[in-house]
Amino acid sequence: MNIFLQQLINGLSVGSIYAVIALGYTMVYGIIKLINFAHGEIMMMGAYFAFITVFATGMPFYMVLIVSMVLAAVLGVTIETLAYKPLRKAPRISALITAIGMSLFLQNLALVIFRADPKIMPAIIPKRPILIGPLQIGTVTITTITLSIFFMVLLDFFVKKTKPGKSMRAVSEDKEASILMGINVNKTISITFAIGSALGALGGVLYSVAYTQVFPTMGIMPGLKAFVAAVLGGIGLIPGAMLGGFVIGMIETIAKAYISSQWSDAIVFGILIIVLLIKPTGILGKNEREKV
Amino acid sequence: MAKISKKNYIINVLAIILVFLLLKFFISNGVISRYYLGIIIFICINIVLATSLNLATGFLGQLALGHAGFMAIGAYVSAITAISLKGTGLPNTVMLLISLLLAGIFAGVIGIAIGIPALRLKGDYLGIITLGFGEVIRVFINNIKMTGGAQGLTGIPRISNIDNVFWITVVVVTILYTLTNSRHGRAIISIREDEIAAEAVGIQTTKYKVMGFAIAAFFAGIGGGMYAHYIAFLDPNTFNFMRSVEILVIVVLGGMGSLTGSVIAAIVLTILPEALRDFANYRLLIYSGLLVIMMIFRPQGLFGTTEFSMSGFLYRLRHNQLFSSRKNLEEGD
Repeated sequence: MNIFLQQLINGLSVGSIYAVIALGYTMVYGIIKLINFAHGEIMMMGAYFAFITVFATGMPFYMVLIVSMVLAAVLGVTIETLAYKPLRKAPRISALITAIGMSLFLQNLALVIFRADPKIMPAIIPKRPILIGPLQIGTVTITTITLSIFFMVLLDFFVKKTKPGKSMRAVSEDKEASILMGINVNKTISITFAIGSALGALGGVLYSVAYTQVFPTMGIMPGLKAFVAAVLGGIGLIPGAMLGGFVIGMIETIAKAYISSQWSDAIVFGILIIVLLIKPTGILGKNEREKV
Repeated sequence: MAKISKKNYIINVLAIILVFLLLKFFISNGVISRYYLGIIIFICINIVLATSLNLATGFLGQLALGHAGFMAIGAYVSAITAISLKGTGLPNTVMLLISLLLAGIFAGVIGIAIGIPALRLKGDYLGIITLGFGEVIRVFINNIKMTGGAQGLTGIPRISNIDNVFWITVVVVTILYTLTNSRHGRAIISIREDEIAAEAVGIQTTKYKVMGFAIAAFFAGIGGGMYAHYIAFLDPNTFNFMRSVEILVIVVLGGMGSLTGSVIAAIVLTILPEALRDFANYRLLIYSGLLVIMMIFRPQGLFGTTEFSMSGFLYRLRHNQLFSSRKNLEEGD
């Protein structure tokens, strides 16, 4: 029973990382209907930014996190302006290929700058096990879960209560109508990319601290899983990404612990397939009627 | 009309034979070294993979991100068949053809099995579910005994060579070309243009969607088989998501719905990373950068939905219109 609880907490921690990364996918998809395949790489870049900041300045964890998130936000907006903006009217699959190209570009950029060997992420969160009854929980796990939930609540507040957040929702609902209402669509899209990328960097920093490694291809698998999470919860929906992230994290951890670590990826994707077949729009998605 | 197409036919056959003879001539002359020969074989394999995916994504309009899965199935089935046929003393070409046919059929059947449920979805969701299937296939191959698992499969007879690979590629592209210009092909294209309208005029959309998807899987299996018999070693992780993406990039860059576009793009995108070898570490950086730039400046791909035609080219050459603007067919309504 204790082992099971321990696994649940691990799952929660992995899931919260997936959830913050999934938020970036889902926000971008919601607003410009683009699967931003470069998001996993932004997460990787976020981890590298944190790595460099720690080594160059030795700042405390929270400062490192903020610097990394700000840099990732700048990177995300730059990518959007350079690569995606010119293709906004092009066929959607061209934009998809551009996103894939961008993802390869960032991966290889990291490879050229930082080399292929994994860098060891210093323990910027002091590692102390905390005992709750019979359970032993690491500070890293607790920080991961609390920080993720804090930023999700913050994002929820931002989207629901503030003006830019409201314009974000308006643009994702109906772009043309929101232009008529005087919303600056380009600015809103840039804000979305900035927030999504910052959250991606948060995921990247937490991931690299949890697994103590930073390397150029680290974004691929978590990126793909987070994307699966976003689809599972209902792509384009912020609560969906959070739910999907936790579900995927839980399934993966439980499958690794009790079934087989080799098959865990197949189980994750298998569940995605089943959910999509039963409810194509994801767990929280609404069915849209097809208009002739 | 019949006369013109007959003329086209003769011109195309002559052009292909000419290309083949030139290849043979350069190989016997030693102009094409073993290294270049390998690149040419990879070009052929990529042509088969890209044109088959173009049927599903370009002509049928269904985004598929799991093509490497079918390629993997084909590669493994073909390799295992050839390994078990090794002792029988069959000539290499016969052995290759049997293995490839079996590989294609196997991949096609799995294509039908995946296609029937998956093709109910549309657009990005279909892309994601095919991605999921592709990954499941890869993990499956990685974890069963028959395929050698993660250690890879060795001892595959190396029976792909430039002659058979070239002609198999020609046959595959010809079949796909005739298919897309047939009654069935027009039905498939009508689904891309407007599925509801196609259904309204009596086209069985589900049947054609599954058919197109299965044929694409069939040829992807053959492409995988050709790959297996050239490389002679299979590692399940080469058939990952990025491999599917590589094939999709060829299709989109060439132009969705243009088989000749896929052929040209397969040639360009196979040579490009090799030609950039001098840049060592910067190779893939430049490659991906060029990809983004090409997409920004030509989002509809090199050829759009038009086909390159030899006779049209000759006509333009005679009338000095080589660089006059081509009338592009626009997507959608």
